[in-house]
Amino acid sequence: MTRAVNGDATGVGTPDVAQARVAAKPATRRFHQARWDEKLIFELDAPGERGVLVPAPDPDVAAAAGDLAERLPSALLRRTPPGLPEIGQQRVLRHYLRLSQENLGADLNVDVGQGTCTMKYSPKVNDTFVRDPRIAQLHPAQDGNTTQGVLEIIYRLERLLAEISGMDRVSLQPAAGSAAIWANVSMIRACLAARGESGTRDEVITTSFSHPSNAACAKTAGFRVITLPPDADGYPDIEALRAAVGPRTAALLITNPEDTGIYNPRIDEFVRLVHDAGGLCSYDQANANGLLGITRARDAGFDLCHFNLHKTFSTPHMCGGPAAGASAVTAELAPYLPRPTVEFDGTRYRLDDDRPESIGKTRPFYGVVPNLVRAYAWIMALGADGLREVAETAVLNNNYLVHKVLGIHGVSLPYAEGQPRLEQARYSWRQLNEETGVHTGDLGLRMADFGTHYWTSHHPYVVPEPMTLEPTESYSRADLDEYAAILAEVAREAYDDPDTVRTSPHRAPVHRNREGSLDDPHAWAVTWRGYRRKVLGETSQDGT
Amino acid sequence: MMISLPGTGGHASEGVAAEGAATGPAIGLVVNPIAGLGARVALKGSDGTDVQARARELGAAPAATGRAALALMELMARLPPGTAAPRLLTAAGAMGEDAVHAAGLSAQCVYDPGPGPTSAADTARAVAALLCAGVGLLLFAGGDGTARDILDAMPGGLRAAARASATMTGSPRTGAPDGILHRPRDSCGPRGVPVVGIPAGVKMHSAVFGVHPRAAGQAAAAWTGGRSGVKAAEVMDRNEEALRAGRVVTRLYGWLTVPDEPVRIQQRKMGSSAPDADAVAGIAAGLAERVGAGALVVLGPGTTTRAVAAALGAHDATLAGVDVLRVESAGPCAAARVILADARADQLLAQPDLWIALSPIGGQGFLLGRGNQQVSPDLLRTAGRERLAVLATEAKLAALGGRPLLVDTGDPVLDEELSGYVRVITGRRSSAMHLLSP
Amino acid sequence: MDVPPRATHPYIPNASPPAREAMLAEIGAGSVEDFLVSIPQHLRMDGPLALPAPLRSEAELSAHMEELLARNTAVRPGRSFLGHGCYRHHVPAVVDEVVNRSEFLTAYAGEPYEDHGRFQALWEYQSLMAELLDTEVVNVPTYDGFQAAATALRMAGRYTGRRRLVLAGDIPADRLSRIHDYVQDAYELVRVPASPDAVRAELAAGDVAAVYTAVPDASGRIEPCAPELVTLAHECGALAVVDVNPLSLGVLAPPASYGADLTCGDLQPLGLHPSFGGNHAGFIGSLDDERLVAEYPSRLFGLVPTGVDGEYGFGDVAYERTSFARREEGNEWVGTAAALHGIAAGVYLALMGPHGMREIGQTILANTAYAQQRIAEVPGIALPDPEAVHFADFTVVYQGERTAAQIAASLLERGIHGGTPVNERASRYCVTEVHTKADIDDLATALEELVK
Repeated sequence: MTRAVNGDATGVGTPDVAQARVAAKPATRRFHQARWDEKLIFELDAPGERGVLVPAPDPDVAAAAGDLAERLPSALLRRTPPGLPEIGQQRVLRHYLRLSQENLGADLNVDVGQGTCTMKYSPKVNDTFVRDPRIAQLHPAQDGNTTQGVLEIIYRLERLLAEISGMDRVSLQPAAGSAAIWANVSMIRACLAARGESGTRDEVITTSFSHPSNAACAKTAGFRVITLPPDADGYPDIEALRAAVGPRTAALLITNPEDTGIYNPRIDEFVRLVHDAGGLCSYDQANANGLLGITRARDAGFDLCHFNLHKTFSTPHMCGGPAAGASAVTAELAPYLPRPTVEFDGTRYRLDDDRPESIGKTRPFYGVVPNLVRAYAWIMALGADGLREVAETAVLNNNYLVHKVLGIHGVSLPYAEGQPRLEQARYSWRQLNEETGVHTGDLGLRMADFGTHYWTSHHPYVVPEPMTLEPTESYSRADLDEYAAILAEVAREAYDDPDTVRTSPHRAPVHRNREGSLDDPHAWAVTWRGYRRKVLGETSQDGT
Repeated sequence: MMISLPGTGGHASEGVAAEGAATGPAIGLVVNPIAGLGARVALKGSDGTDVQARARELGAAPAATGRAALALMELMARLPPGTAAPRLLTAAGAMGEDAVHAAGLSAQCVYDPGPGPTSAADTARAVAALLCAGVGLLLFAGGDGTARDILDAMPGGLRAAARASATMTGSPRTGAPDGILHRPRDSCGPRGVPVVGIPAGVKMHSAVFGVHPRAAGQAAAAWTGGRSGVKAAEVMDRNEEALRAGRVVTRLYGWLTVPDEPVRIQQRKMGSSAPDADAVAGIAAGLAERVGAGALVVLGPGTTTRAVAAALGAHDATLAGVDVLRVESAGPCAAARVILADARADQLLAQPDLWIALSPIGGQGFLLGRGNQQVSPDLLRTAGRERLAVLATEAKLAALGGRPLLVDTGDPVLDEELSGYVRVITGRRSSAMHLLSP
Repeated sequence: MDVPPRATHPYIPNASPPAREAMLAEIGAGSVEDFLVSIPQHLRMDGPLALPAPLRSEAELSAHMEELLARNTAVRPGRSFLGHGCYRHHVPAVVDEVVNRSEFLTAYAGEPYEDHGRFQALWEYQSLMAELLDTEVVNVPTYDGFQAAATALRMAGRYTGRRRLVLAGDIPADRLSRIHDYVQDAYELVRVPASPDAVRAELAAGDVAAVYTAVPDASGRIEPCAPELVTLAHECGALAVVDVNPLSLGVLAPPASYGADLTCGDLQPLGLHPSFGGNHAGFIGSLDDERLVAEYPSRLFGLVPTGVDGEYGFGDVAYERTSFARREEGNEWVGTAAALHGIAAGVYLALMGPHGMREIGQTILANTAYAQQRIAEVPGIALPDPEAVHFADFTVVYQGERTAAQIAASLLERGIHGGTPVNERASRYCVTEVHTKADIDDLATALEELVK
């Protein structure tokens, strides 16, 4: 016997049942983020409380150590204890869990708004491998026979990424994407030195829409930097490249697609121009998510490339790292890879530190191993077909979102009008700004009141009033619809109720900063003690 | 009833509150009907009657009335709940009455400029009449010039001390301009009737304007509801005559009192006229390295080039003129000195082996032919394209929105020869390719 | 028989054919190929990637990973005496609980509002670390201690405008390699012993931007002359950069207290698991000197008021320093680095408090001294520097016939992960608070039998 439900004539319309009915959800979420109004950890100080206890040395051991003050000069001994707070264990836990709730992690929001960041789902099962003591408790100096599993994971991941990029060798030592750019720049420097061209080739060419670290790493490594602007279609202008290359050209560092999501179809011509001039070409594959299994760095002629494992290969973003980078090179550049490499002789994996031409270490030990394990497991769960499906779906999702977003009044998609994008798109709110005075930054903050957010662009803003969205393969159609609906609602508010947008967020953990002091050396407060001295006007307890 | 002191927050201005509790405070409106006329015809502002006449000839129509109406509508729509509608007072015709009517409202006219074009004196008289009638807040539509007129007419307005050298260059840390007096924090609290500027001019560099007409209306609404404190805000003087000649000359003119509404009242713009010192130092080092020690460099006018000269120790470079610098040393301690100031074209031609260093002018992107005609076609031909050093920050190039740098030497053949990609010096060992185009 | 349709991959919801078709229809596209037209055919792969068959179910994937993990040995805490830059300390359960929360684990680059918790936790990390280091500025963590040292040296170079960097004492070779890679284009590295005379001589040669030393050094030694080196540097207008193990600073003096301008090091000892050397993060701390702050490439979060009384807001201090703001015109570069490790270190310091940090320093110093003495008693073993105080790491020299590698192999047969060979005749051992007296005695007993 079934009970009457919706549509059953015996149920609908009778007063009791009608009252029991929950009304439909509104079109946009009535979200409110946690607002714990939490104090600073220092304000939780309760002298006498302890968070954890430490094993005391055995009395015999303590006796053996003797009196430290007799063995070290007094200047080397701490005179006053560090001004750390004293807080019971559960109070510490509660404080940090409250702070954790005051974040929009990718596991909680439809995180398509952090364009260029490739905020894809980071599978939970991969975290379990990383937390396993057979990874977490491994020491890097353990005898190789007790670490064959992790060495095999690193070795296999290198082979997978070599196939995905088309390159010959890969180092997984770089700590992050920018660290991999650095490693590549350093390898370029070493290769030029080996060719006897250290002094003569000192110019690195990059583009406006490539990540700023390309320009910054090249500069830090001692190169001059030449930046190419986009042409009307949004590609870096090949005529500008022609005017820039020459006998001083050391390398081209370029992203493709750039952060506009526009793929430069003449990328192999760019590479050829630079090669013909005697330079090397390095491909920043931060935006590779729409290319997996479709086209590879090697196919366009590049000598080096790098991946961000925390973007394309799913490792979590962790509030801004630890991330992981992979530097991939042709056989010609392989001698310069960071040392050690992982080698396999058919039966045993080992670390090879005997690499005389190597640029040396870029990171302690062998890289961000937990993220290497996660990336390996992610690729293994997908395989060749799966990776291609990732790329195609990321591109489909992006073009679907473009279609939805361009239906909103006040937004546009500069460059290559009407052309599809690959995995991300950089929009402009210029029209909305001109018509309402509301800036893109305001819109992004208002999104937080609906449980999501977006990022504008790197500086300088080449696209006015920018917004960069990258939906990745992880989000469903319903997710994308919801995101577009929130964006449309916020844009509507900019016209009808701009004050609400300009003063947002209203339902986030805190309200807008009064941030004048952040650029004032007399008032900025990087730490609690700085705040107490400069802002509260306290003098330090020990009188110094 | 709350007693409101002059110069503190709240709306209960004395003259009006006495008329009865049912009525809201009185708000005055002054419109500068010719503000913004110059923008449409690329005259960079409307100061000067010649320019106004020229603008009208070129077909410019006043936009200030429409923008003022938009602000008034926003003001009425955004009054906080329970707030009595303010009483509006204004000047007749185009100086405010038209805008009030366009917004579907009514107002009492307290001043009539009579027929014919209005002037700064009319603005002053209208302000005086409105203050006399007891307005608690003054809305005005116009640009920086209008703000200066308001300040002159305002008994509580504070004028900056005049300075011989009043050019504005950036100080990177505080964003405060060098070469002008900083607002004394203690001695000069806000005073006088607060004002809100409705942006309707070409350039609004003063910090008294709403970021948009609607925002100005919202600020007025918040003030009417008694929700705002007040603060002093800078009024800037940007010499439009100089701007039309391709030079950017901005100085602090004084201070007006505004409602303290940080998100609605715009921050004083640094704009492209004030590149930050770190960026300029990088460009200076890049230039010195490019030309090498001993080189003679023709330095074009503008704030960027002048700041570059200053970064090389040549503090006496002229802002408006074209100077010749000798680079004394390159490298970490790059230095240069001015050997010929404010040079004429014929004087430049007499110098041997010159480099030419120029910076594009403002948002238009003119590199040659605007304000630097001394850099003649003959000089450019003699030096050659490879000795043309273009200087700009990356932010300034980005602000061009992909448009090329323009050359208009008066010699079409030369313009063509100069066209194509050029390597713009953007910093120390940094450059960006950018297109030059006739 | 029909082939059943392949199930949609759990990581790719829109790979399901109905979703894909509906979306294409809504856009008005025929296929995904319509969006890929800009990629020329001659750059396309002509077949699928040559990758192993996928393990699409979680069960198959877990089984595969188990097979690999089974070839690793997780050593019981007291049986490993390996350190030398990566340390096995106790990680409080609360630290793991906090950093494994989804909200922290998967947050990234939101604004200081919707990601308020991340900003506050990192600002608190900066502040807690500053108490430990006795500095007023600490950066958002950089990649690792190597990077922190290399960046601190470049900061000193920019600050002074000089080109020579004097590295005093025994610095781990890998760290030195990284420093060299990072500064070689602009600076000259000069290595000298940690002796005032040697440092004085190099300073006299001029153009020295910084004197760098490590306390403890590569062999765990606490160099007594470190404060004197700092003074010497200052006398010649150079900056003093001191690399520390932060876990020692509950007992040992923070270098800033004897005048160091920049203190740097690695956060791994503060609540991070060894993870095969994969969990490192770097810190740099200094006084709040405007000119020095201007040279940091990293993000520095600052505390500000919000529009609401009693609310703490956070934002970037002096953002124009960074490559985020000014590309190659900023200092070095900034990017995703090791923020979550900073939060972990913050939680660790909050749990330990001033007493915990003092006690752990005392226990490790005592265990180290005891282990050195116990092992030195073994016939055929000598300490190269028996008078020196060591923290965690120490070196022993084998005087018998057996090589360091052979002894390590024999120890391993007994389930003890012994010292890391540094050359044929010497190994580096490490003890921490996780070792008991019995653990150390077991090691000494084993060595007595093995070293002949």
